[in-house]
Amino acid sequence: MTTSSFPYLLLLVVIPALGSLLVAIWPRKSVADWFHEALGVGVSVLTLVMAVAVLVVFKSGVAGYQLASEHAWASGLGIQWSVGIDGISLFLVVMTGLLFPVALLGARVKRDRRAFVAWVLLMEAACMGSFVSLDLVFFFLFFELTLVPTYFLISGWGYARRGYAAIKFFIYTFTGSAFMLVGIVALAFIHRSQTGVLTFDLVPLMHTHLSGTQGVLLFCAFTAAFAVKAPIFPFHTWLPNTHSESPVACAVLMIGVMAKMGTYGVIRFDLNLFPQACRTVAPVLLTLAVIGITYGALVACAQRNIKVLLAYSSLAQMGFVVLGTFAIDPQGVTGGVLQMVNHGITSAALFILVGWIYRRRHTWQIASLRGLQASAPVMAGAFMLAMLASIGVPGLNGFVSEFLVLLGTFEAHRWWGVVAVAGVVIAAVYFLWTYQRVFQGAPGPDDATTSDLTWREGLIVAPLLVLIVVMGVFPKPVLDRITPSVDRLVVHVDHVTHTDLPSGLHGSALPALHSSALSAQCSSTAVSCHPATSATRGVAR
Amino acid sequence: MLTVTWLVIALPLLGFVVLVATGRRLGEPWAGWLATAMVSASFLVAIGLYLDLLGIKAPVRSYSENLWTWLDVGGLNLHAGLYVDPLSMTMVLFVTGVSALIHLYSIGYMHGDKDFAKFFLYLNLFVASMLILVLGSNMVMTFIGWEGVGTCSYWLVSFWFERNTAAVAGKKAFLYNRLGDVGFMLAMFLTFENFHSLDYSTIFARVDSVSSLNITVICLLLVVAVMGKSAQIPLFPWLADAMEGPTPVSALIHAATMVTAGVYLLCRVHPLLHASPTASLVVAIMGAVTAFVGATIACAQQDIKKVLAYSTISQLGYMFLAIGCGAYTAAIFLMVAHAFFKALLFLGSGSVIHGLHGEQDLKRMGNLRQYMPITFITFAIGWLAIAAVPPLSGFWAKGDILDNAFAARPVLWGIGVFTAALTAYYMSRLTSLAFFGSDRWGQKHPVDPDPWAHHAEVGEQRAPVESPLVMTLPLWILAFFAATAGLLATSGNFSLSAWVDPVFGSSLFSNHLPAGDLWVLGLLDTVVALGGVALGIWLWVSRTDRPALEIPFLRNAWYVNEAYDTLLGRPSTRLAHFSAEEVDLKVIDGAVNSLAGLVRGAGRIVAKTQTGYLRNYALAMVGGVVLILAFMVTRMWWG
Repeated sequence: MTTSSFPYLLLLVVIPALGSLLVAIWPRKSVADWFHEALGVGVSVLTLVMAVAVLVVFKSGVAGYQLASEHAWASGLGIQWSVGIDGISLFLVVMTGLLFPVALLGARVKRDRRAFVAWVLLMEAACMGSFVSLDLVFFFLFFELTLVPTYFLISGWGYARRGYAAIKFFIYTFTGSAFMLVGIVALAFIHRSQTGVLTFDLVPLMHTHLSGTQGVLLFCAFTAAFAVKAPIFPFHTWLPNTHSESPVACAVLMIGVMAKMGTYGVIRFDLNLFPQACRTVAPVLLTLAVIGITYGALVACAQRNIKVLLAYSSLAQMGFVVLGTFAIDPQGVTGGVLQMVNHGITSAALFILVGWIYRRRHTWQIASLRGLQASAPVMAGAFMLAMLASIGVPGLNGFVSEFLVLLGTFEAHRWWGVVAVAGVVIAAVYFLWTYQRVFQGAPGPDDATTSDLTWREGLIVAPLLVLIVVMGVFPKPVLDRITPSVDRLVVHVDHVTHTDLPSGLHGSALPALHSSALSAQCSSTAVSCHPATSATRGVAR
Repeated sequence: MLTVTWLVIALPLLGFVVLVATGRRLGEPWAGWLATAMVSASFLVAIGLYLDLLGIKAPVRSYSENLWTWLDVGGLNLHAGLYVDPLSMTMVLFVTGVSALIHLYSIGYMHGDKDFAKFFLYLNLFVASMLILVLGSNMVMTFIGWEGVGTCSYWLVSFWFERNTAAVAGKKAFLYNRLGDVGFMLAMFLTFENFHSLDYSTIFARVDSVSSLNITVICLLLVVAVMGKSAQIPLFPWLADAMEGPTPVSALIHAATMVTAGVYLLCRVHPLLHASPTASLVVAIMGAVTAFVGATIACAQQDIKKVLAYSTISQLGYMFLAIGCGAYTAAIFLMVAHAFFKALLFLGSGSVIHGLHGEQDLKRMGNLRQYMPITFITFAIGWLAIAAVPPLSGFWAKGDILDNAFAARPVLWGIGVFTAALTAYYMSRLTSLAFFGSDRWGQKHPVDPDPWAHHAEVGEQRAPVESPLVMTLPLWILAFFAATAGLLATSGNFSLSAWVDPVFGSSLFSNHLPAGDLWVLGLLDTVVALGGVALGIWLWVSRTDRPALEIPFLRNAWYVNEAYDTLLGRPSTRLAHFSAEEVDLKVIDGAVNSLAGLVRGAGRIVAKTQTGYLRNYALAMVGGVVLILAFMVTRMWWG
């Protein structure tokens, strides 16, 4: 673990939080109409700058947490402000930093902009907080805090049935989280009974000895919250309601960023805290992931509302993250982490483009649109690129993560991998069919007059499109930062579950890697290979 | 020179990038000339590489280079690597060469199109992808190119996107290819599991250490991929629909290059195929049956491009027959010859369509030799070449395959010979209907309207006119090679087999027939070809309708489309709607809602003590969290 004297990670949380406060209290009078929006964009860009700074100072090839800092807080309760970043969270933080200004600029609302911007910034603070927190209580607080702005954004700026959608979303996710809270407390007390120390810090808690049943129960409690958030089939039914009603910015951020908190939670907390349980229930989760991939794609095929179609498509795409995660091998988990980032980028681009179509045509119905490529070729091209990335066409970012996930799954759990490959075909079906119906064919009178992207709109979506290409052609710089942390995580899981090398079919493929990664871990972070010591942290400075 | 191999790919890619940025401003015709120049430059570089490669005096000439590391995750180390050997070099030469000619031709053909620049942008990207496919040194590189050409094909087939049939055809092409790609992906995964690498050189070095069952499965999965890309049974229906694209696209992508990617792939992995007699047999049977089925369908088509499309499917079948017999060089030979004569035929048909202002129906053509002499002469060379009339290229290339099949798999040879007769017949039918007989292009009402054939508004017909020089020049050049490519069969240093045989080494089928047998077989091929040609002319030169020879079963392509629709299309649509409307809304969401209802019922009792407004709780929560945050920050900064 490396620390930093400059509080990068704290600022990632504090800048948007204070910005939100500033926007909320700055009087509406005496400033121009656009002032609060501009202020909000400024704050989110500043956060992005900070996130990029984190990317720059982040050391490639280091497995442990970097830029870590901890401060005692409510020591009696064992709660402390403990943050750190590693390869698994790094690009999620950067992606979050990028998507918020993009959403603020690309999906503006018409009324009460001040409140809107304030809620969005609060959401950003909460998202950043949950990606950098290493203390379970703080993670939980941030994780829950995202609900509040989401609720107000949906109910305040949504469409016709926004009230129902907002409440359904809130109750659904809140219920899931309640289980996690119980799980966190239970885990901390089990840990205290073993060591006498009450702590909510992830690193010492990783070495709690759990019986098989304890592990599975706690795993289920944590995963209840994550599965709703991601969502994992069958906990996804808030998705269509929410996304037919939510404002576009909210859809971008919920699917682009907040959904990742679910799968990130699985990787960061489930795999670290309950390795044995993860191995035990992996077949169940793999099955749910595969169902999510195929079923989500299938249901997407039958949608008439393009925004709901994209929501179901996300169910399928997030299925790949879950699949890779529970393959629990280096390729699978790396692919899963990368897939989160890739999906964040592509889904944001797609939602924003669809939002711009709505702004022009006031409809989400696929059947009301036709032949837009004739009048809006640039928009069609942008949609095409993001769509092909989602389908997993090589040369674009989606392929890299999908390939790694499928390869990793195939090596570890062959038949799940085989079925999941079929999901790749169905994804092509609904996306191409949508493109055909919306952008191709003879345009009707309204379609022929639909205007193309403006320069401003083009500039907003351009960073996403550039990343789609660059991360597809040169994924290595990204992967080099992700893989060491993933390798360490996989080694940890293997070590705890005493299957120190994956056995059977895939064993022969990776022994060299595993032993080298294992020895590298042991030499660089010394004690991290030996459980039951909390001295792990602070060694690999 | 070989160190700049990347330039072959980079040049058309540069053309693509420049056209994306400035295409609309460049406009017609400069966008077209730029694209053509890029591909021509790529061809020149390819010639340089070829000369360099010739200079290498090794048993197997080759050059490989890693440009950059693509990814390196947990033992999986993939490079953006290039591999040049006589096999990939042959592909590079004819891909860039034929592409340059077709680019040139397109400048004339696409004249006046509103998306003129966009067409060339796609075409340049296609060439770059095809070259990545061919030059890739590992399976993932090949796959990147493989998907790249598929995507470009999707764009180009649905190029005239306002026409619904074109949009649907593009999607169909992509989806059939995706079905095949499942095979490719699984093959890669299984290869990595068994060989611990995806680099061709490493894989081939370890063939002996992997069980033959696994190798067979890998090969069969690759064959599935090949079925999609090269339109083999049963994944062939998309190719006929792909004719919705502009004709140069049909010539370049759906005849000369992309569809032959499957042939190249199986030649590339010849050590695997050689190690699996089962997979080889499957490939041979697939090829022979596809050759036959494609030819029968071509006999009854009325759209000039559809005849050529099914003919392509059939000719590709021959190439796979050769591969299945271990005659890799023969497959490459036909691939090269086919690239010339089929591109020629497609461009010739494009010239006809251009001259007739969009007409594609053979029964509304006739007597065009009077009006389009250059098109006719060059087309006739292509016709006789594909019919395998000596001494044109088709005779040598197809003969080579049939000779090998005779020695290796006599039953399939029988199918091949019969198909050769059909080939000569349907091509003669096409030529007779288009270029001989009476003028029918002025008729107001078609003899037998084919719902597929009428894309263009054929209103008041003007007399057909010969195409401009940019279009006829490529025709002459292709005609020259279609006629003379048979020279590659000669023995000596410059023969095809001296050049590529070393690549295949011991994989190559070597049970050669005695010279006497070859003479007999050659004579038989000649008789079959001339017989087919004579029959086709005799039957079709003066008549346009012979219902007995155009039975609906063949006109409808063995009803394969209908079968897919019944077995796959409609059930999966129904499943999708069932999942969305019944399962998701009623079962899963229903369960959630009734659970919520239960809780609500119980909650009503408790609720009297609470305000019941969610937003109040939420506000209280956010207030609390903000306080916590503020407290924490102050503790940290002042604590």
